[in-house]
Amino acid sequence: MVTLHFVPYTEIESLSGIGRIRKLLSLAKENKIVLLQGRLRQEEEAELIKTTMEEINKEFKGIELAVINPSQTAKDGLQKLKYDVLGYFLGDTQGLTIIGPSSIVKKIKNDPDKIELLTSEAQQAKVPRPKALKKRK
Amino acid sequence: MIGRLKAFFKQFWDFGPRQNFKLGLYGPPNSGKTTLANKICLDWLGEEMGTASAIPHETREINIKEQITIKGKTGKELVFNLVDTPGIATKIDYEDFMKAGMPASKAKKRAREATKGVIESIKWLDQVDTVLVVLDCTEDPYSQVNVTIIGNLAARNIPVLIVANKIDLKKASLRKIQSAFPQYEVFGISAKYGKNMEAFYEKLFELAAK
Repeated sequence: MVTLHFVPYTEIESLSGIGRIRKLLSLAKENKIVLLQGRLRQEEEAELIKTTMEEINKEFKGIELAVINPSQTAKDGLQKLKYDVLGYFLGDTQGLTIIGPSSIVKKIKNDPDKIELLTSEAQQAKVPRPKALKKRK
Repeated sequence: MIGRLKAFFKQFWDFGPRQNFKLGLYGPPNSGKTTLANKICLDWLGEEMGTASAIPHETREINIKEQITIKGKTGKELVFNLVDTPGIATKIDYEDFMKAGMPASKAKKRAREATKGVIESIKWLDQVDTVLVVLDCTEDPYSQVNVTIIGNLAARNIPVLIVANKIDLKKASLRKIQSAFPQYEVFGISAKYGKNMEAFYEKLFELAAK
């Protein structure tokens, strides 16, 4: 079973950078997939990777991370401008951040328009490939 | 703030490419950073810089080669210190190294060193002056590691050139990287086979002038 844990932005808003990272990482270490409303700041994202590396041990092998930024998925300049203006007022509340423990989330495929999570359960449940047909001579 | 002040004053005193700057090689594991560093060092110093390998996290420490002088077509010279960094990743599992044929003790040691290497790479973001983000152009460019690296360089006002490496491979797609990072210049090379390297060195002059 996979647990998705939604974190509204208001829950991390008042925390310091390192406080936010500790909170999100502790949830991921509880084997939960974290869905954070909004985004971390760029420096916080790098800090999250750094802290993850410090925490790696026998049980915890790291995280998979993906961020949806509406400004980057804008179809044209006007739409981008709209999101940038909204971003100016709303700060980092726009978008979505997904953090999953790598023991559960094997890969996150982050195309601009969609996010695909490949979990270890899904990987195990893969149907075995049928035997290859013999080549005709 | 310091970056912005530097950029402000630079416009008044900038008369050509910078000299003696730190040129960082950043990117995910196995994108060819050390292969590129070796190629640059071989071309201009006559010796290699480090060991490249097909197993990820071969480079686990920051390697610096000082005083590399390259010459442009017009006879201009560019002097820089090359900083080869360990690949940045969000997960490291020693079992992956065992799958590549490594004994358990060696794999665990490599994983420990690799985590430290990632931390060092991130710390060094504050010390490099200009960066080549080396991406494997056969891989999906939309990984969050790539976005985080480039976003952090942009936040620090560090000039960036995206180097799309491994263009010699069949699956290579320069366009994918261009569409993932449309606001950046993407330059395709094959560090392994030296493809496009002359034009790449000319690009370094442009990058140093930014």
